[in-house]
This record gives sequence, structure tokens and C-alpha cells, in this order.
Amino acid sequence: MLSSLTRLQRYYLYYTGIFLLFVVLLAALERAGMPARWVGYAFLVFTVSMYATIGVFSRTTDVSEYYVAGRRVPAFFNGMATGADWMSAASFMGLAGTLYLQGFQGLAYVIGWTGGFVLVALLLAPYLRRFGQYTIPDFLSARYGGNTIRLIAVFAAILASFVYVVAQIYGVGVITSRFVSLQFEVGVFVGLAGILVCSFLGGMRAVTWTQVAQYLILIVAYITPVAILSYNVTGVPVPQMVYGQVLSEVSKLEEKLFDSPTELEVRDRYRERADQYAQKIMQLPHSLTQERERLSIQINELKSSDVQMREIVLLERQRRELPQDPAQARERWEKEMYEALARSKPPLRHAEPFPGDSEAERNAQRINFLALIFCLTIGTAALPHVLMRYYTTPTVAQARQSVFWSLLFIIILYVTAPAYAVFAKFEVLSNLAGIPIAKLPGWVAAWAKVGLVSIEDINGDGIMQFAELSLNPDVIVLATPEIAGMPYVVSGLVAAGALAAALSTADGLLLTITSALSHDVYYRVFRPQSSTQFRLVIAKSLLLVVAVLAATVAAQKPGTILSMVAWAFSIAGSAFFPALVLGIFWARATRAGAIAGMLVGLSLTVYYILRLEFGGYSWLGFSDGPLNPWFHLQSTSAGVFGILAGFVTNIAVSLMTRPSPQAAEFLERIRRPGGREESP
Amino acid sequence: MSAPSSYWRKTSRLTAWLLLIWVVLTFGVTWFARELNEYSFFGFPFGFYFAAQGILLCYLGIIVHYSRRMRDLDAEHASEIDPE
Repeated sequence: MLSSLTRLQRYYLYYTGIFLLFVVLLAALERAGMPARWVGYAFLVFTVSMYATIGVFSRTTDVSEYYVAGRRVPAFFNGMATGADWMSAASFMGLAGTLYLQGFQGLAYVIGWTGGFVLVALLLAPYLRRFGQYTIPDFLSARYGGNTIRLIAVFAAILASFVYVVAQIYGVGVITSRFVSLQFEVGVFVGLAGILVCSFLGGMRAVTWTQVAQYLILIVAYITPVAILSYNVTGVPVPQMVYGQVLSEVSKLEEKLFDSPTELEVRDRYRERADQYAQKIMQLPHSLTQERERLSIQINELKSSDVQMREIVLLERQRRELPQDPAQARERWEKEMYEALARSKPPLRHAEPFPGDSEAERNAQRINFLALIFCLTIGTAALPHVLMRYYTTPTVAQARQSVFWSLLFIIILYVTAPAYAVFAKFEVLSNLAGIPIAKLPGWVAAWAKVGLVSIEDINGDGIMQFAELSLNPDVIVLATPEIAGMPYVVSGLVAAGALAAALSTADGLLLTITSALSHDVYYRVFRPQSSTQFRLVIAKSLLLVVAVLAATVAAQKPGTILSMVAWAFSIAGSAFFPALVLGIFWARATRAGAIAGMLVGLSLTVYYILRLEFGGYSWLGFSDGPLNPWFHLQSTSAGVFGILAGFVTNIAVSLMTRPSPQAAEFLERIRRPGGREESP
Repeated sequence: MSAPSSYWRKTSRLTAWLLLIWVVLTFGVTWFARELNEYSFFGFPFGFYFAAQGILLCYLGIIVHYSRRMRDLDAEHASEIDPE
């Protein structure tokens, strides 16, 4: 059987075998008494040195190898590499948690992120491959002519990719600091080294082959814990098949639990707290001084009595941590108020689509759900680092097949994520809710210490009600090994998988940014006569600069980093999708139309995000506070307006201007049958 | 501009049909998820199952069909390929 495989397939089979052996060996060592911290180190060192080995062996000084892996990547492996390229730390850690918190509503991410690949397959991949250059700006510039559109495309590609790459490096910092207990900033730069060993010497060629290796690790790491959990709960180790039954159990438990008297009481308490905060905010600045005085009086009273010092210190700290001025108080109390308000609402039923109290509310939910799907699909089909991968297959037919493999490998993870969420919810509802707080299992306390789980006994009955527990979305995947009582080696495996997901995506993004700068800006616009060697020197040095820059930004821990990932989709979608699709399918689209469409789409999206998220900041020039959302759409769906405006502007301006002369020849070339042609 | 070749006509017709199916699945069926949840499927409420797994398999199906049809179409028009 082994001989029927290609050489590459055999290599990766050996590689997977070695990795599994390594995991088994570590499990044995752990049983023999190796400390957990060493298990973490072993995973980190072993996987990163595997990637480094592949990276060093794939080093290259050939331009075509550096940008498009010599167009020799078979469809199957390109699919795997695209899978790893595509699935970031957000997919790996965040998706299951989002599904846990939002139930059916979270499925918008699953549908959107996979549906986009249908658009890639039908509308983009075969044409990009037939065109056969190096970057997305290359394609737009050849179709519409001129360097203006190239530079706009470069700008949009860098804008979308840079926020995304910062988020990945940030993710690496979080993983290394939590599992190997490195300092966060050190973790970020360890991650940087991990990214550079893959991409610096070998460009796309090295990135492709390490991404295949990373996909294998991440998928094993994702499925193992939930399969074991599924076996423990249902006796069948295929969670994707059996979680339907668990889901109906969950629904029954929800029915029983959510309206029980104690849950209602807890939610009432939260409502009261929200009201208190609302009152305090209304009475600013008076309420702040009052608060400070109240604490001072209490402290003085305690000091004169003979209570323990500990309680006084506690109160003094409370007084110290009071907001400094009314503006800060408003900001902090509003946050507390919204949090309490959210927890006072009846929890979502996991399987219920578009929940709401009235028909209008349900419709708003439905529209937000579909709008989010729309943005995510179009964004998926427009992210340059994914599209670039379809330049690397040997033929057009292989490019089409390779989309199939990409989607298949991605779906393996995406059908597992909802199962994670349901199993976790089952565990929480059946084993945690209603348990005395003193008797909660150990993993709850362990994650509470890191601040990802918090429990607050608001009604003071010593028992944890469902509404009293709050989980950070990232915790679901990371804590599942402990929930199911597995040894630490499984946790180490999950950390290695999350690391692989973050590193592979960061590599692809970094390569997109550097090829946009070195190929599109430096070579195509400034120095068309530069030698190929020199172009590679430029590309490699830029890679280094951009990587260090991204790591420096990530080390600052920018707070809103995860929502920035969602914005990257809207930005990429509104800038690229209309220009690419109209460019291929509508001969009449002109240069002026495309430029206008890209600018309008991009500006509208960026404007909507800025107004909605940063409306209150006067230094950005907005003095009248945050914008009211249009049609109740959140900023993560900002792309809806940008994409539609991009299409409308492109079509309108194109009809007003004269068609570009080179378009006909270009379209003739990419619309030709291309069955067996070899790489140019 | 010359008249579009029959290859391109067939390609765009196939693309349009598959795209229509994609739109109906993604935005049409999902719209009725509440109503579909009344039915049960392998223990799942059907609306939930469709959004979590069914629709993904349909997406794969669309891509497989496109890839096959285009391969055949390429073979039919093999004589029009000029050497690069």
C-alpha cells in the first residue's frame, strides 16, 4: 500500500507517525513522573524544530519558488496548506467558545467561513491560476491597467493582513505564556522566531511545506480531546455524529434549569445591580465622592473596632481602586452595568435560531445572522493570503480540485467545533450548575486563577447557579482536556495545535505583506530593472522588518485585537471582491470603475468601523459620540455596506467611462479552456 | 470584441446555476431555520443540523460538481487550447 503513495505523501506519513510516537512517549514519561512544565517545553521545542527543519530544507533563491513555490504544489497538499493558512488561532481557540456562548447564532461563523470557499472555487481560483502571476495586485493591475490600482490594492492587502498578523502573534504570546509559563513579551518573540524559521529562507515554498506539517498537528490536537470526551459521555468516540443526542439532553436540562426559582433570583439580583450602576452614572460626579466617603467611613469604623487587619486592607484597596475622575467612572460603570444587564437576561437556548422576545427582535437577529454570513463569505473569498495559495498549483484543473481539498480539510475542524460547544455545555449544565461552590471540580479553580473563568455567588447561597458562571470563549478548547480528566500531555497537545494554527496563519500573512511590498511596490513600480537576486534580498529584509514590527505591536497587548480580525474580513471583502469578480465576469468593467469602487468600498467600511467603535474619541475628529448602527448591524458586519457600495460604484463609474483596450485580450486569455496545459 | 466562445458560454451558465444554488442554500434555507427546527434528524433539530453540518456537505458537493463538469468541458474543448 505504501508504494502506491507519492514520495511527498510518504514523507508526511512518516512525519505524522513520528509526531504520534512523540506524543505517546511523552504520555509514558508523564506517567513516570515528568513534571507538567517539561511536557509543555517538550512540545514547544519539538514542534518548532520540526518546522525549522522543513523551513531550512526548503530554502531557495529562485523568485518563482519564493513567491509561488515554483507552482509545483499538488492539489491535495495545497488544500492542506490552505487549511492551515486559513485556520488561525481564532478558529482553533475562539470558535468553539463563541458557539458555546451564542448557540445557534454562532453558526454564522461556521457557515460564513466555509461558504466563502464556494465563491473561491466558482469565481476566483481557476482564473487566478490561469493568469499565473504572483500576487493579487498583479492580477488587478493586468486586468485594469496601470499602477494606481496596484498601489490601492497593495494598501488594502497590507491593511487587512497586518491587523490579522498582529492578532496571530498575540495569540502565540498567550499560548506560550500560559502553557510554558514564559513571560508574555518573551513568548511573543519566541513566536516571532518560530514564524521566521518557516518563512525567512524559503518564502512560499517553505511556508507551504511547513503549513502542511502544521495542519496535521492542529487537526490531531483539535479532535483528540473532544473524541475522548465524547467517548466518556456517550461511548462513541466520533463527537460529530453523536452530539445530536447530547444536544437534546442539553435542551432538556435548559428547560428544567433556566426558569428554576434560584436562577430567576440570581438574574433579578443582576438586574438590581445594573439599576444601581445606572443610578450612579446618572448622579455623577456626586456619586463618586459619595462612594469614596462611604468607604472612608467604613474603614474608620473598622479601625476603631477590633476586626482583623485583612478586612481593612481589603477595603482600603477598594478605595484606592475607585475611578480617578468622573469620566473614568462613567466608562468603568457603564461596562459593569452592561455586563450585569447581559447576565440578567434569560440565557439563550442552545439549539434555538434567532432568539428574541418579539417577532421584531427575532427578525433583527435573523438579519444580523445573515449579514454576518454575507460579510464572512465575501471576506473569505477576498483575503489575499488565501487567494495567493491558488497560484501555486501546477494546473488550472488542480487549482479547482485544490479548493475542494481546502474546504474538506477546513470542514473537518468546523464540524467538530459545534460538538465541542455542546459537550462543554452539557458538562456545565449537568455537573456544575447547582453544585456547592466549595465542591466545584479542580479545573474551574485552575482557570479562575488565570482569569478566564469567574464565579460570583451573587445571591450568597453557596451554590453555583448557571447565571453566576462566566467563561471566556478561549477556555472551552483549552480546558476540555481537564474537563474530561485527561493527563497533561493532552493539554500540551492542544497547546501545540493552537500554536500551529497561529504560526501557519502568521506565515501566510507575513508573506502576503512582504510580496506586496517587495514585488508590487519595489519591483513593479520603482525598480523594474532590478535583478532577481536583489529582489529576493529586498523581500527577505522586508520580511524581517515587518515581522519585528508586528511582534512589537503585539507585545503592547492591544485590547481589541480579536474584533480587529473580524474587521480584516470586511476590509478585504469590500476592497477586493467587487473589483476581482467584475473584472473576470464583466468585460465592461473599466479602470476608473474599479478604482472608484475599491476606494468607496474601503472608505465606507473603515468609516463605519471607526464611527461605531471609536465614535467617542474626539482625537479622531468625531465629536458627537458613537454612530447609531445602520439597520442594527454591528461593526463586525461593516463589510455589508462596503461590499454593496463597491459593486454599485464600480458598475456605475464603469458605465460612464470608456472600456479599457487591454481588457478584451486579458479576458480572452483567462476565459480560455485550460485542461492539460503545464505551468508557464 | 469577438463573440464569446461556446466554452465560455457553458462555463458561465454552469457558474450561474451553482451560484444560485449556493445563494438559496446559504440565505434561503437558513432564513427558515426556526421552522426547520421542528423536524428531527439523527437526534438533531434539523435547522441546527443543517447549519452545523448539512450546508457544509452541500458546499463540498457544489465544488465537486463544478470541478468535474469543468474537467469534462476542458476535455471537450481540448482542441482550442493553444500551447503556451
